[in-house]
Amino acid sequence: MIEANSGRSVRRSFKPFAAVLLLAAGGLLQGCGLSDAPVLFPKGPIALAERDLLFTAFAIMMIVAIPAIVLTLFFAWRYRKRKNGAVYTPEWDGSWVVEAVVWLVPGAIVVVLGTLVWTRTHEFDPYKPIVSDKPAFRVQAVALDWKWLFVYPELGIASVNELAFPADRPLSIEITSDTVMNSLMIPALGGQIYAMAGMRSELNLLADGPGVFTGRNTMYSGDGFSDQHFKAHALDENDFTAWKEKVAASPDVLDAKTYLELHKQSVANPVTYYSSTEAKLFEIILRKYAPIMGPYESEAAELICRGAA
Amino acid sequence: MLGRLTMDALPFYSWVAMGGAGVTVLGGIAVFLLITYLRAWKVLWTDWLTSVDHKKIGIMYVVLSLVMLVRGFVDALMMRAQQAVSLNSEGYLPPEHFEQIFSSHGTIMIFFVAMPFLTGLINIVVPQQIGARDVAFPFLNSVSLWLTASGAGLVLVSLVVGKFSQAGWTGYPPYSGIEYSPGVGVDYWLWALITSGVGSTLAGINFIVTIFKNRCPGMSFMRMPMFTWTALCASILIAFAFPGLTVVAGQLVLDRTLGFHFFTNGDGGNMMMFANLLWIWGHPEVYILILPAFGIYSEVVATFSRKRLFGYTSLVYATACIALLSFTVWLHHFFTMGSSSNVNAIFGIATMIIAVPTGVKIFDWLFTLYRGRIEFHPAMVFTIGFMVTFVIGGVTGVLLALPPADYLMHNSTFLVAHFHNMLIPGALFGYFAGLNYWFPKAFGFKLDVKWGMRSFWFWFIGFYLAFMPLYVLGFMGMSRRMEHYADPTWQPYLIVAALGALCVLCGIVCIAVQLYVSAKKWGSARDITGDPWNGRTLEWATSSPPAAYNFAVLPQVEDIDAFHDMKIQGVAYKVPDHYEDIVMPKSSWLGPILGGLAFVLGFAMVWYIWWLAALCLVLSLVCVGIRSFDDECDYILPADEVERIEKARLEQITPADLHDMRDFLPVGPASGEILPGRA
Repeated sequence: MIEANSGRSVRRSFKPFAAVLLLAAGGLLQGCGLSDAPVLFPKGPIALAERDLLFTAFAIMMIVAIPAIVLTLFFAWRYRKRKNGAVYTPEWDGSWVVEAVVWLVPGAIVVVLGTLVWTRTHEFDPYKPIVSDKPAFRVQAVALDWKWLFVYPELGIASVNELAFPADRPLSIEITSDTVMNSLMIPALGGQIYAMAGMRSELNLLADGPGVFTGRNTMYSGDGFSDQHFKAHALDENDFTAWKEKVAASPDVLDAKTYLELHKQSVANPVTYYSSTEAKLFEIILRKYAPIMGPYESEAAELICRGAA
Repeated sequence: MLGRLTMDALPFYSWVAMGGAGVTVLGGIAVFLLITYLRAWKVLWTDWLTSVDHKKIGIMYVVLSLVMLVRGFVDALMMRAQQAVSLNSEGYLPPEHFEQIFSSHGTIMIFFVAMPFLTGLINIVVPQQIGARDVAFPFLNSVSLWLTASGAGLVLVSLVVGKFSQAGWTGYPPYSGIEYSPGVGVDYWLWALITSGVGSTLAGINFIVTIFKNRCPGMSFMRMPMFTWTALCASILIAFAFPGLTVVAGQLVLDRTLGFHFFTNGDGGNMMMFANLLWIWGHPEVYILILPAFGIYSEVVATFSRKRLFGYTSLVYATACIALLSFTVWLHHFFTMGSSSNVNAIFGIATMIIAVPTGVKIFDWLFTLYRGRIEFHPAMVFTIGFMVTFVIGGVTGVLLALPPADYLMHNSTFLVAHFHNMLIPGALFGYFAGLNYWFPKAFGFKLDVKWGMRSFWFWFIGFYLAFMPLYVLGFMGMSRRMEHYADPTWQPYLIVAALGALCVLCGIVCIAVQLYVSAKKWGSARDITGDPWNGRTLEWATSSPPAAYNFAVLPQVEDIDAFHDMKIQGVAYKVPDHYEDIVMPKSSWLGPILGGLAFVLGFAMVWYIWWLAALCLVLSLVCVGIRSFDDECDYILPADEVERIEKARLEQITPADLHDMRDFLPVGPASGEILPGRA
């Protein structure tokens, strides 16, 4: 645990009461349930960098925010009417020095923050592949009412409301929707991207190591929205192989007909595994909303595309 | 004959829905009976509803706003109660009901609380601040009011007949499209937005023309009071932004009603266009709501610090900067839609730039306090509460403006906390300050201070209790709009937030008590001079409440703090050499009739009662026709009558009522002979 570690290191180098203070703060975090807060204690480098940016910007802004709050309260008290002897200058209505400071200091802060925004936004573009010595693990996510379908093109399998991936490989998710607008997010690993019908969006994430994280749709999408969450499992090699075998052993097959069944609205859909999927399922779902005339490439494609029409 | 309107539209499907409908219907009946009991229908109709007097229209706007505030707040209370109990359970509200509640809460608070409140205050105050006798188009003003009221009426009726939208106050398609929301809810939302949106657009245009054309002699742009400046900037934003909303709502109506494909899944529709168009209105809207509040803070802070406003020029430029920049940042509402890094970064930086003029404003108010002689009137306390709390909202706003951070916080309760942080301590505290500050101007007596302070403390503490936990929940990964949840660590925070909502409820009750107590003992709190706070700007030169014509003789302005200057020079309350005839606009029944027609038109469109919609449209055109052929829409108030009114007023004022301007003698290092006027 993070707070326990910081407690130990402090005890070695600083006075004991500082350690007590830190432990107390840690205990407070624990007591408030914050030690599991995915945004504050992320489990992947992308989320960590995004969080650090949040903290950095927060700290920089305190240069202006703290004086503003403190001075407001101080002036309000210092110059209250009943106090005798305070200086009173009813005609004083401007000062170039003050004006210069209040325009230039926030201006300078915005220049610093703006630079941060420019570099970090490019650095942490959700579409940007993550540099790693191992190839990214590709997953295709489809938002449905009210569940997530994950297709694994490398493995030819699929799962509903459960995502699994090798912990040591970057995760590269292609996202679309076969319903209203959704937004895919695994807070402990990083930010989110909208899922929109007929469109392909991307999200690249990486976990620090094996673990189970909560993911969900954050974009309100109807009655089953509250239950539209899933577990994302980052697995080590053995566990991932076991998981693959478990899915491959499933009797269920995600062909066009099963997909049409799955496409129907359902709340808190149980985790389901499919040992095989219709070929190019993700592309067919994308194509469903494209204004294309002419013959369909396969019977399955026709069924899926016209099924909901 | 009745389109899709059948008996099924009545809310017999759930006890909670029936309760809501019952309260609405009983409330309506109670008001009807009360007015009948008081035999007030005639007075109400001739003196108020048909009035084109900007002050009365302003008061009616504020009354509408306060009524809707209660409705919108009940929604908030129900949501907080639901989330406080719905850990791993359905709570007491089914999803479809919870969804209607969060949709109507947002819609009501933005369109039918904040908008009418600020429009009402602008209406009451701005013409007086610029030394005008009315707005530029008094009849149009009445039409604007009734269009807004008809939109509010549609939202209220949806509680009884049919359902309200379940698509959230932003109504993103394709969810709000006919395929995924086939009921009448979204249509109610759309027609409420369209009718009130047209009303707001007309009001905005009216204020722009009023401020450009109706200023009294000497009132140059750089002598306009800050509230007038912010009203001008907000009105310009209204005139440019609201048509965008009307168009996007109209497009969605076409999608839903006539099978168009602007925003549908497939068939060439594109929901991203909706998000863009909505927020091209939506972001300026934030500043439409908050700029007038900034204006109110500026007036209040100068008056109750007994000082000139610090950095007037700076504040004017900051306001103008904010207004201009507000059109350049709409994309930050959907950084997560997959735009390229360049686009996201540019909009992120543009958003942060707005923080600079906003910060400048805070510091200018801060230095107005500096070396002042501060009086803690409720209006001033709301202002100080705003300055402290708004800074927090500004900081979290800049955090959300960092695209990579926004990827984490978007759609979370952190976002909910942020915009409530801007809208409650930012906008609403300003309106409440304005209510306490200008109430005597509108009604002729002061509001009770004790209950005003109580309402502030409940609102202030209630805000922190209700929204600080939501900031934390955002870090814990809680999304907005969740009807129930499975994470037990969230519940304590949601319970605290619910307690916060109860605290705010006490704040609202305090305001009601404040109004009641003040009205009961109005005689002892009468404002005889028309200047209860030793004010600085021109609206305090008129009587309280002002005569229909505001100023018997148009004032001559020599300074930013025009009335303060007049008092120092000793020219205030002077009897003029002679009075003149004054041309005044006549009341018109067409305003409420047009509003009523808009209401029925909207209702007919919601329920597909085509013949009724067509009839209303034709009748509206006939009304407009009648108005345009009416050449006698003014009357003349003779000089004798003006003299009689003014004499009666000035005779009441004794020297003892007047403020002692020697209070403005400086002390300390800067003391000296500065007082009588300025160079």
